[in-house]
Amino acid sequence: MEFVDGRFELREIQKLEGHSDRVWSLAWNPATGVDGVPSVFASCSGDKTVRIWEQSRSTGSWDCKAVLEETHTRTVRSCAWSPSGKLLATVSFDATTAIWENVGGDFECVSTLEGHENEVKSVSWNASGSLLATCGRDKTVWIWEVQPGHEYECVAVLQGHTQDVKMVQWHPTLDVLFSCSYDNNIKIWADEGDDDDWVCVQTLDEFNNGHSSTVWALSFNSSGDKMVTCSDDLTLKIWGTDLTRMQSSDGYAPWRHLSTIAGYHDRTIFSVHWSREGIIASGAADDAIRFFVESEDKDGLFTSKVDGPTYKLLLKEEKAHDMDVNSVQWSPGEKRLLASASDDGTIKIWELAPVPC
Amino acid sequence: MVSGLINANPVIYEKKERRVRGAPSDADEYAVEPIDEQEIFDILLNDTEKICIFKYPEHPYSLEELKVITEDAIEVNDHRSYVRVTFTPTVEHCSMATIIGLCLRVKLIRSLPSRYKVDIRVAPGSHATEAAVNKQLNDKERVAAALENPSLLDMVDECLAPTYG
Repeated sequence: MEFVDGRFELREIQKLEGHSDRVWSLAWNPATGVDGVPSVFASCSGDKTVRIWEQSRSTGSWDCKAVLEETHTRTVRSCAWSPSGKLLATVSFDATTAIWENVGGDFECVSTLEGHENEVKSVSWNASGSLLATCGRDKTVWIWEVQPGHEYECVAVLQGHTQDVKMVQWHPTLDVLFSCSYDNNIKIWADEGDDDDWVCVQTLDEFNNGHSSTVWALSFNSSGDKMVTCSDDLTLKIWGTDLTRMQSSDGYAPWRHLSTIAGYHDRTIFSVHWSREGIIASGAADDAIRFFVESEDKDGLFTSKVDGPTYKLLLKEEKAHDMDVNSVQWSPGEKRLLASASDDGTIKIWELAPVPC
Repeated sequence: MVSGLINANPVIYEKKERRVRGAPSDADEYAVEPIDEQEIFDILLNDTEKICIFKYPEHPYSLEELKVITEDAIEVNDHRSYVRVTFTPTVEHCSMATIIGLCLRVKLIRSLPSRYKVDIRVAPGSHATEAAVNKQLNDKERVAAALENPSLLDMVDECLAPTYG
């Protein structure tokens, strides 16, 4: 891989201020930043608001285009764009999920989903945008079917985790749902029949070389045959599956532990995101952002398929923020742009660039 | 809420005499004085000024008198901006352990520079559900959610409220 020998540096492109409390999460609009469409992302905060940031065509810098407020009454914990980029889902400690529609640059709350008993912590759209998943403090994962007229019908309430569920994430191509929890486990959910018969098909726990403390986040590689998870146990773990089997057997093939990235982080890892070209970014409570790439032994002498792939640290940005880094997200555009959100109330845009020779 | 006191007859210890902090010499008048263990202790249990006497929620005694917190149980590394406070509940099934820990965290968050990383834990072997209490106290999402809960926040503020006389 090209990254192994090249030297990279992380350039701070912009620091965005506006939120008046910690920024918990951010999400790039997947339909922007390509084909000349200015890139857009949303951020959400302990200040109960969501902010929409858009890149200026003339200056290239990001400006706050909208503040979505007076809908959520408590912390907005997480947000996610539908695949078309037309809808934004936001979840809050106020126990609700809000769906916002972008109407000519104005954001209108078109639906509010109620059902969770208390804090909702994460939201994810499936690849086609027909299903939405949410999870929260009540230990459950909910699956909602998107219906005409901004109606959302709950088709499943999944119970299985024994503690609050920190994050839900759909597989990038298949309708298989992944959740991770304060109970240290990752659970995989699939529809076993035609009748919205969602069941837990696999649990990745400590006995499967899994995490020994809270699992905060997960992310897939571009092909969807590998997943990375991050944890309070200070490790990242790489998991793999047989994608061909997963596609043919109607959705599910077992996932297994491939590799553990340990010894690099000093405090809880809150966020992990795998770029299209294979760079894993992590954001942690030690204020740092780190980048990892798969490392292949060129001589082949020490490469053993049995041991799984190994990963090396490409770069560590100490003091990326003044406080905890809560979220790191690669942009969908051409450049290697990363956005990070922090307890210090700011968002930073970074470019990972090769060091000029 | 509990009907009776969890520990009706706690052992009360004498308050320790405070060291007098040395006045900065003229030579380093503008030097930044690093935060040390005593300063953290004073933040948590200031009974020499009128700012705050941190009361054990169910007793009129301070956490110092109950030896829930001692200066020895505070570790500070100002260079690394790190504090760890280890507290000892009076009984090992103390149901107030989480709220005490939450109060300690809130007090430190409000008093220390934001660069500080704070870990709060119960003393090893001092609590029946030690691991669960520690995990909860150090999960910042749960702490954030708890502090948005008006009744819980009232309770914390009451514990941290200044008392006079």
